[in-house]
Amino acid sequence: MTASFTPEVPVAARRVPRVLTYRVASIISLLFPFTGVFALVNSLKASKLESAGDLESARHSGERAREWCWYSLGYGLLVYFVAFMVMLFTIRDGALSKVYFDDVIFNGEAWDSMLTGFWINIKVFVIAEILVLIWALLIALLRLLPGKACAPIRFVAAAYTDLFRSIPAILVLYLIVYGLQKARLPLFENLDVQDYCIVALVLVYGAYVSEVYRAGIQSIHWSQLAAARSLGLSYGQSMRHVVVPQAVRRIIPPLLNDFIGLQKDTALISAIGILEVLGRARFINNSQATFTGYTMAALLFIAITIPQARAAEWLIKRDHAKTRAG
Amino acid sequence: MTFLQMQGVHKYFGDNHVLRGIDLDVERHQVICLIGASGCGKSTLLRCINALEPISEGVIRIDGNRVSGTGVDLNDLRADVGIVFQSFNLFPHKTVLQNITLAPIKVLKHSRGDARDRAMQLLQRVGLDDKADEYPDRLSGGQQQRVAIVRAMAMDPRVLLLDEITSALDPELVAEVLNIVRDLASDGMTIVMATHEMGFAKEVSSKVCFVHEGVIHEEGPPEQIFNDPQQERTQAFLKRIVDAGRL
Repeated sequence: MTASFTPEVPVAARRVPRVLTYRVASIISLLFPFTGVFALVNSLKASKLESAGDLESARHSGERAREWCWYSLGYGLLVYFVAFMVMLFTIRDGALSKVYFDDVIFNGEAWDSMLTGFWINIKVFVIAEILVLIWALLIALLRLLPGKACAPIRFVAAAYTDLFRSIPAILVLYLIVYGLQKARLPLFENLDVQDYCIVALVLVYGAYVSEVYRAGIQSIHWSQLAAARSLGLSYGQSMRHVVVPQAVRRIIPPLLNDFIGLQKDTALISAIGILEVLGRARFINNSQATFTGYTMAALLFIAITIPQARAAEWLIKRDHAKTRAG
Repeated sequence: MTFLQMQGVHKYFGDNHVLRGIDLDVERHQVICLIGASGCGKSTLLRCINALEPISEGVIRIDGNRVSGTGVDLNDLRADVGIVFQSFNLFPHKTVLQNITLAPIKVLKHSRGDARDRAMQLLQRVGLDDKADEYPDRLSGGQQQRVAIVRAMAMDPRVLLLDEITSALDPELVAEVLNIVRDLASDGMTIVMATHEMGFAKEVSSKVCFVHEGVIHEEGPPEQIFNDPQQERTQAFLKRIVDAGRL
């Protein structure tokens, strides 16, 4: 028979937890000595205090050791990562730096040419984004039409989405641009190549974004639609004034995701022979026997993307501050 | 003539037979209280009146005119029949004032200024005119529900449906909402309400209907239903309410 044990002190106060774990962790932390030393000192202190019987102080020291170990991990990893990158770019007399950051990058003429090219990218994606916003919403609304009579419309909208999401963007670009150019349809006859490219990008990204819209609209609780309808608003009015405005606020992050994708995919139109930023990068690389043109193009894309991410966050924050309870 | 009349109304949700032959007569200026256990069909009954749920069988008439079945303009019907929900259902992206004026502007084609004046008048009546430019999420539950009542009233409905409008509120907020209903009733508004507030039902209603398994099991003036119920089921239901200390 085992005697039942009634502790006089609560379990949490009876022992010093994980003394050995902290010792091992703090020794490993010495790889980053700035904080590792503190970790080790505290863990040694903890075991000393434990053997002296001062459990409470030992637990405090143990806790400090644990915290310093985590600091070693966090800051140590960053320092080692930076050191690794520096090494990568400096070994072999800076071979990698010379490839990516050749003198061309400080050459004003090269930047002028790149910016002229990038202006085309900007024009293409701004127009495409505006069209995508409208086109994708239309597709999403068609796909969500209620009633049996609208089944064919829903089917067509779904078929479009499925189709254009499954074909690679570059292939759609080829099919649309060369196809429409060759067919010479009455309405499309006077478009130039850049316009065809916009049409192709709108078709591809419209399919993605319509799914984002659809998810957003469906995430609005049906009681909102019921409330709107109960006031006598028609289905269309309810969508226009109640459901869609709420959905749009919710989908800003995934919408930005797709827009960034679209912006980067404007580089695909260089494959059609348009001298946008990637085309010019290739030209600079070939004419100056360098690789830095690509770096320059990459920097341009980074420069426009990061502000957009921050702007979207700011927008969402502002809306929450306005409409949500403190 | 009976103002609002339901005759033999049935409602199925798939195989679920929710309303099993509802007969209900409502006269002008009456306050009808529907009582009964959760799931008995009170809410569905209300939602059928303004066609948020289409009925499966039977007829609903307002002023003698059939308003159920095909060929009825539901938007017109709903502009006449206001409803307030248990969970308020205010539009969170619009201010209090925009919530109230949306339908008068878009459905009744009132001018922005007229709609605004009328809304402010109603808000003042419920003591919320200082909240006109707030967003709903910044209001308490009781305040939100008062706004929802004003939103329904701004359409000048001929009958107001209240679907357990105090069930989602903290106890101390119930009174502020019920006071407004009492006020509307004394102004002669025709009201059909589903409620668990038995004391309130006893006080304001012209007629109490006990709904059980999709039919109106017993109806009568509140004194009769609460003090001298005739049906066994009604007695059992009220006994449970009394035992729970709610009456």
